[in-house]
Amino acid sequence: MQPFRFDLCELPGETEGLRQEIRAFLAEELRHVPKVTRAQTWSGSDPEFSRKMGAKGWIGMTWPKKYGGHERSFFDRYVMLEEMLAAGAPVGAHWIGDRQSGPLLLRFGTEEQRQSILPRVAKGECYFCIGMSEPDSGSDLAATRTRADKVDGGFRVNGTKLWTSGAHTAHYMIALFRTDSAPEAKHSGLTQFLVDLKTTEGVTIRPIKDLAGNAHFNEVVFEDAFVPDNMMVGTLGGGWGQVTAELAFERSGPERYLSSYLLMVEMIRELEKHGGDEGAETIGRLVAHLLTLRQMSLSVAGMLEKGENPALEASVVKDLGAIFEQDMPVVAHELLGIAPTIGEGSDYEQVLGYLTQTTPSFSLRGGTREILRGIIARGLGLR
Amino acid sequence: MNELQTILSDSVNGLLSDRVNKALIQKAEEGVFPAALWSEVEANGLPRVLVPEDQGGAGATWADAAIVLKAAGEHVAPLPLAEGILANWFLAEAGLDVPEGVTTLLDGEFTLSGGRISGEAKRVPYGRDAAHGVAIVNGDVVLVPLSGAQVTPGMNVAREPRDRVVLKDAAAKSAKAALPANAMRLYGALTRACQMAGALSYLSAQSVAYANERTQFGKPIGKFQAIQQQLAVLSTQAAACGVITDFACAQVVKRGADAAFEIAAAKIRVDDASSIATSIAHQVHGAIGFTYEHGLHFATRRLWSWRAEFGSGAEWAKGLGRETIKGGADALWPHVTAR
Repeated sequence: MQPFRFDLCELPGETEGLRQEIRAFLAEELRHVPKVTRAQTWSGSDPEFSRKMGAKGWIGMTWPKKYGGHERSFFDRYVMLEEMLAAGAPVGAHWIGDRQSGPLLLRFGTEEQRQSILPRVAKGECYFCIGMSEPDSGSDLAATRTRADKVDGGFRVNGTKLWTSGAHTAHYMIALFRTDSAPEAKHSGLTQFLVDLKTTEGVTIRPIKDLAGNAHFNEVVFEDAFVPDNMMVGTLGGGWGQVTAELAFERSGPERYLSSYLLMVEMIRELEKHGGDEGAETIGRLVAHLLTLRQMSLSVAGMLEKGENPALEASVVKDLGAIFEQDMPVVAHELLGIAPTIGEGSDYEQVLGYLTQTTPSFSLRGGTREILRGIIARGLGLR
Repeated sequence: MNELQTILSDSVNGLLSDRVNKALIQKAEEGVFPAALWSEVEANGLPRVLVPEDQGGAGATWADAAIVLKAAGEHVAPLPLAEGILANWFLAEAGLDVPEGVTTLLDGEFTLSGGRISGEAKRVPYGRDAAHGVAIVNGDVVLVPLSGAQVTPGMNVAREPRDRVVLKDAAAKSAKAALPANAMRLYGALTRACQMAGALSYLSAQSVAYANERTQFGKPIGKFQAIQQQLAVLSTQAAACGVITDFACAQVVKRGADAAFEIAAAKIRVDDASSIATSIAHQVHGAIGFTYEHGLHFATRRLWSWRAEFGSGAEWAKGLGRETIKGGADALWPHVTAR
């Protein structure tokens, strides 16, 4: 028998009203946004758009009202996410806070942290980044070396975080620091902290251009940066467990298979012009995979709604989803043979240009393909 | 699982895991129909799982039947169980009596006139062993005894009988049913997809078990990352097929033949997965898996056969893609989310 469970999960009928409301909103808001901009989906950042979403109540949807949330179901949130992604809405600014850091604070944060930060996140005004990777700690997260040494009233932080997406626009970083350097404390010497990126001295953020020339990720250097005691998240030494608990939320959402969806849409639009059966078989295959991935992703959402921990299933979805997303530019090239472009050309050409360059990151971000398959192999009883 | 599903699962898995073994499959491949096992399968009511209770069946839905179909694939049962389930369902849908014994599907070109059926089906599952055949002719479900049929033996690469059946003015019972014109192909594809999902799940479990047993370089080969990564891929493919077939069956329960969209997707997806999964399973098993002695091939040869039956993935993809392109780029997402 398979070690994972994927029970079917049907979205409740009452989510339909929300879906239509979001579609109407997006039709208006995205009317003049070019397709190539939309193709960035959750990598595209637009604080103005985030504030509008906050006003609509579409950030922190599942959180308690006393923290600015809306106490709606995971299913409502799922519908919101998939509609935003399928339309290519620029949800990047508030994305991490909504998906990951907010839920983390709800679970492990102090009352003070929740009250002071979450309402601003839900309004679409306060953004997060995740400080995990370092120059010598990528997939091997437990090799984290950035140190937080105990001093009077807080911690003194020294070290470097790398590939930190959105650090240049974020207000806070949820950072994983080493609070115990003893060799036997590899996992138990890690602690999570909130770092105020706008006011903390000794923090330098340097953008790193990616291969496409975009600056989404950064190097963040800490030099004797002081982080007060009340900015610790969860327990001292509890960082490893807290980080791994986030992963089910991070790895199974619709963003794990929809990142190239706009290219699929533009491909179909191209083929509409050609007529006949050209490309039909290819598109049919893509639709079959799309449908399968959506059901798998929904199944994980169903487990999250029930309060279960589908970390293993989430890894399965992310691994299969990334293959689907990365195949898209390859398939597009084979099918139509039209050259990708930058800054000029048709919607199709530009979207292809963007995604051809971007898709390699899809099986790197949020856990590499090899790490995910290692997790799955462990689930299978091989490790 | 609901109560009926638990009963069905226990019944089919208990029976097949107990009775289906290498000797039995080998004999079947040599042409000996496992009649005793078929009798037990019938006694358990499995071929009538989709037949309403007032017609002598279990009154199950397609979502329930998926459990039986997947088990048939997972245990590589050398029986026309899937064919029987579908044939009997067609009969029940038409209000025709469901006969005892082996009933198979006649997917071919037939004409019906004055209560007599003529024509030919080229690759009839277990045609030589079946007492009856079911065809769909212009909206009529037709039940015909095969005693007078001209049957020319053939087989697929799993050595399952796939016989040419020719009927000439054979006396038949028929009745109209509310089924689409392509019902044979459509639901045939769904039953195969379910069997294939079961067989893929077997491949995954068997390959993991083997990797934990087989030792090379002083440790089980499953300890090597190269093997672990491959097995992870195999298992995710199997998982995907489990989900899409469940979804397709659930959609049949919900919207009948309008679930053609999901059925096509299921057959396409399992076809893709089969090619990846059989390759990995054999690679992990090495030379032993390439022998007739080892049972791995009972599943892989079935997958290679079934992926081409009732329409290959490519064929279904062409149809699904044609409709998608015709519907237009912006109609796809609303369609997908409305299901």
